[in-house]
Amino acid sequence: MPSAPVRVILPGMLRDLVGGVAEIEVESPSDSQTVAELLDRAFSEHRVLDGKVRDERGQIRRHVKVFVNGEDATRGEGVAAPVPAGARVHIINAVSGG
Amino acid sequence: MTETVVAIGTRKGLWIARSTDRREWALEGPHFLMSEVASVAVDTREGRSTVLAGVKSWHWGPTVQVSSDGGRTWTESAERALSFPSDTDTALERVWQLTPDPNDADVVWAGVEPHALFRSTDRGENYELVRGLWDHPHRPSWEPGFGGGAVHTIVPEPGEPEHLLVAMSAGGVYRSEDGGQTWAASNPGIRAYFMPDNEYPDHGQCVHKVARGQADGALYAQNHKGVYRSDDNGRTWDSIAEGLPTDFGFTILAHPRRPGVVWNVPVQDDGERIPPGAQLQVQRSDDGGAHWRMQADGLPADSYTCVLRDAASLDEADPVGVYLGTRNGDVFASVDEGESFTRIATQLPDVLVVRAAQLA
Repeated sequence: MPSAPVRVILPGMLRDLVGGVAEIEVESPSDSQTVAELLDRAFSEHRVLDGKVRDERGQIRRHVKVFVNGEDATRGEGVAAPVPAGARVHIINAVSGG
Repeated sequence: MTETVVAIGTRKGLWIARSTDRREWALEGPHFLMSEVASVAVDTREGRSTVLAGVKSWHWGPTVQVSSDGGRTWTESAERALSFPSDTDTALERVWQLTPDPNDADVVWAGVEPHALFRSTDRGENYELVRGLWDHPHRPSWEPGFGGGAVHTIVPEPGEPEHLLVAMSAGGVYRSEDGGQTWAASNPGIRAYFMPDNEYPDHGQCVHKVARGQADGALYAQNHKGVYRSDDNGRTWDSIAEGLPTDFGFTILAHPRRPGVVWNVPVQDDGERIPPGAQLQVQRSDDGGAHWRMQADGLPADSYTCVLRDAASLDEADPVGVYLGTRNGDVFASVDEGESFTRIATQLPDVLVVRAAQLA
């Protein structure tokens, strides 16, 4: 039986780059995947987003947050954090700047 | 009709001033509001109206944006236009410099933070790391300046496609004569007063900007304390600071056609980064730095601002236009080679880069 897809919700600042897409639904290959694997799949058809959310080492940018089911993954395991099937993943521009 | 464009990159976006007579200006923008624009190039080679901008969003990172219509509309590569290869385990911080190559109309050079040079062969849309400089054994000794550690200056040599000079803070001047495959430090004569034991080291100088006088090939360098000239393509340097109110500053400009005509924008001291005597000014030499005179007509007194290393530019009209952007968001233009200035923009964010050009 296929696992429930993961919903990746984009911040308003990135939606303009992908024609107004607000949410990307990503199939789960199994019961769990890492944030890195999820973003690889989510951005496969929206390549411009990859450079916005992650640097070229694959790390989440310093002022970007990724929440998995309401938990800040960037405070924990980062891109290695597990994403369960059916999760809601929010990509958020951190409150910072001047 | 020829249009003069002055691209103004700031801490919070890009503005473009346009004029058909260099007297009446229309200011357009902001583009990339809330993103830092630290580098701009106006590429007029082969009749183009291309503008390249090094843009950094504090959230979404750095990139290169490209406009083929003189800065009116912009695109960026869907894939990363400029990024470090995976084996370097390095992430791009900022694009500090974009320089079209006069010897190849498809080549654009990019100087970035951390200290590295990139090369584009598709007119600035995608870039590759120049391994020769990245792998240089001196690299671990290159220190960041106050603004960061970057290759901030790229000076090609017209007619010599294999020759290239770069400068970095704080690393000094490096030269390549094989198209970037190998590099040698080239700082003889440049003083590094801050070094405790040897004030004339092989490298480690804090060069702020180098400009080439296109008429005679002379190079001019504004350093962190020190103004220099080189008549041998940067192999050796001689001080030309005598006669200036101060040897500190960030930028230097050389006339595109008249040999020996050079401008710098003096800053009182490294500990007092204001105009000398609080009078915003340029200093002009007509004899390659042997003598200097102040040009300040139209520039404000009681001024405590500063002009950063890339926040000054010349156009190529006759007479040459001189443009200055300040950290308090003013932009001044002179259409009489510095004799008088008018303010063409005000109340912008702090200006990081100004580039002027004539578009067909």
